Amino acid sequence: MTAFIQYTLQGLSTGGFYALSALGLAVIFGVLGVVNFSHGACYMLGAVAATVLLDTLGLGFWAALPLVTLLMFVFGVLMERLLVRWLLKLDPLYNFLLTFGITLVLVDLVKRRYGVSSLPYQVPAGLEGRIDLGSLSLSRYQLFVSVFSVLVCLAVWMLLTKTRIGMIVRASTEDAERSRALGINVGRWVTPVFGFGIALAGLAGVLAAPFRAVNADMGSNFIIVLFAVVVIGGLGSILGAVVAGFLVGLVEAFGQAYADRFSQVLIFVLMALVVLIRPAGLFGKEEAA
Amino acid sequence: MRTKSIAVAATAVTGSLLLAACGGGGPASAGGKISDGKVVLGLLNDQSGVYKDLSGPNSKVAIQMAIDDYKKKYGDKAVAKDIEIVQADHQNKPDIANTKAQEMYDRDKADIILDVPTSSAALAVANQAKAKKKLYINIGAGSTALTGASCNKYTFHWAYDTAMLAAGTASAVVDQGGKNWSIVYPDYAFGQDMNKSFTAAIEKGGGKVQQSIATPFPNDNFATFITKAQSSKPDVIGTMAAGGDLVNFVKQFNQAGLQGKTKLAVGLMFITDIHNLGVDQFQGTQFTDAWYWNFDDQNRAWADRFKAKTNVRPSFAHAGNYSAALNYLEAVQAAGTDKADDVVKQLEGKKINDVFLRNGEVRAADHNVTHDVYLAKVKSKDQVKEDWDLEEIVKTIPAATAYAPPSGACKM
Repeated sequence: MTAFIQYTLQGLSTGGFYALSALGLAVIFGVLGVVNFSHGACYMLGAVAATVLLDTLGLGFWAALPLVTLLMFVFGVLMERLLVRWLLKLDPLYNFLLTFGITLVLVDLVKRRYGVSSLPYQVPAGLEGRIDLGSLSLSRYQLFVSVFSVLVCLAVWMLLTKTRIGMIVRASTEDAERSRALGINVGRWVTPVFGFGIALAGLAGVLAAPFRAVNADMGSNFIIVLFAVVVIGGLGSILGAVVAGFLVGLVEAFGQAYADRFSQVLIFVLMALVVLIRPAGLFGKEEAA
Repeated sequence: MRTKSIAVAATAVTGSLLLAACGGGGPASAGGKISDGKVVLGLLNDQSGVYKDLSGPNSKVAIQMAIDDYKKKYGDKAVAKDIEIVQADHQNKPDIANTKAQEMYDRDKADIILDVPTSSAALAVANQAKAKKKLYINIGAGSTALTGASCNKYTFHWAYDTAMLAAGTASAVVDQGGKNWSIVYPDYAFGQDMNKSFTAAIEKGGGKVQQSIATPFPNDNFATFITKAQSSKPDVIGTMAAGGDLVNFVKQFNQAGLQGKTKLAVGLMFITDIHNLGVDQFQGTQFTDAWYWNFDDQNRAWADRFKAKTNVRPSFAHAGNYSAALNYLEAVQAAGTDKADDVVKQLEGKKINDVFLRNGEVRAADHNVTHDVYLAKVKSKDQVKEDWDLEEIVKTIPAATAYAPPSGACKM
């Protein structure tokens, strides 16, 4: 029983991180209809940026968290203005290919500059070691990541559902024509939303740096799990991304505990099942499918 | 008319051959016995991916050092006057390695291929060597199949193999009281091979493997795998992950609060892994090293030369490439030709002591090159005196115990 609770805790803490990492993907798809394949590369950029800030300017984890997020926001804005914008009117496949191309370029640029091996990054002071609760125990840093992720997810959800800005953004995406007719400048919101999604990827990258290998390829495998998360949750659904993030975290933890070598396969079995039963995902709108 | 033109062509060809022979060799030497007038060394390895740092482009520098040393030693008496290196990136993929090896042997006229990390790629190149009857000296790959079921007359295995890693690390750690093990290994050829070798070595030493956990490959979340490995309360957790996966594993192992509590043994580790991640993460970890640059003055002197050219300290793969290239050239010198069969004859059974191989022997039975290897321990931060000063050599493991005897599976 203790083992069972232990695995559940571990699954939930991994799940929180998955939820945050997938959130940006969901926001960008929800608002722009763009499947952003470069999300993994932006996550990698975030992590690499954190190590570079530490290396060159001596800025630690707590400084990197807001700074990198801001930098990645600017990067996202530029990406949207210079590239993504021009393909928005075309078939979504074009932007899928564009962002895939951006991934290849970013990964190779990082390889060129920083090599292929992992870069060092330590756990921030005060978050080392683990917390013991009787016979249960959890890594302190993992717990922090998990709680922090849930808070960010909540904040984003509130922003999009409870504020005026969120309302405008949602209206613009639900029905761009009618919103325009009501005097809303729809185009104005597209760029910041894209930047926001990329910033979330960068934020996830900074959080990953202390407990994952930081290298140019770190996003390449991760993006596949994230796609599973958003497909399970329903493309574009923020609540879906969060719930599916936790679900995938749990499946992975129990997979690792009871079906070791199949732990990753199980995630995709779950995805296949969900798509079979609900093609739009758990929280997706059927019409979007 | 036709006969005449053929005759002219034949004369021209003969003439140019004569010229080449004179220009290349000089009358006193055996220059004419070198195919195509030059010796071509092919370096086939990972030039852009995960194994780039531990071997990659810097191995070309090491091979060039071997060529320089050979020329300096023999001067005018050198059999191989004109020596060239060609290199290619196999991206750790067996199919690419296979094509590149063919290109090297056929188009680039390579007399030998060196390195080739990634076992599946190395096995593909070994097959090409056999088919083309040209040499291949493996340095970067660890599979025992190269000197077992897939062995052949033209393939040599120079630096390390999985059996040697297991014999070194597992038996040493068991001797120090690490009796109960949990092994976590990636579920593919190398990982499975390592799991088998380690289990055998642990049990032979009187230890016990409580559980062997297979993980997907590649994998970045090891949290629950580590919890599970720890659940049987082992003395030692052994990981067979390599490259980025090893980094993921070690970071998460440390965050699980296990550093210093449960001993961590790493199946395969290169000095570049430690250098890139910093000693803090690995401190105290034990592993088997085929060679360490700061072991003695001889190694250090060579490492200084290497550093002057590359600005980094060499890994064992760099030193292995140097040693393999130099001994190949020595064998060409002794044979007086670069004809593969003659060179193989020179290498077989040869006993070697050089900067890389101590008490080395090229075993004739299976072409495994056995030599003394080292049980190493990662230093703690306050023990590190200079950049790359990362390992403490706990003990030397003599060649005889480090390597398994020739396997019966090898039929030359």
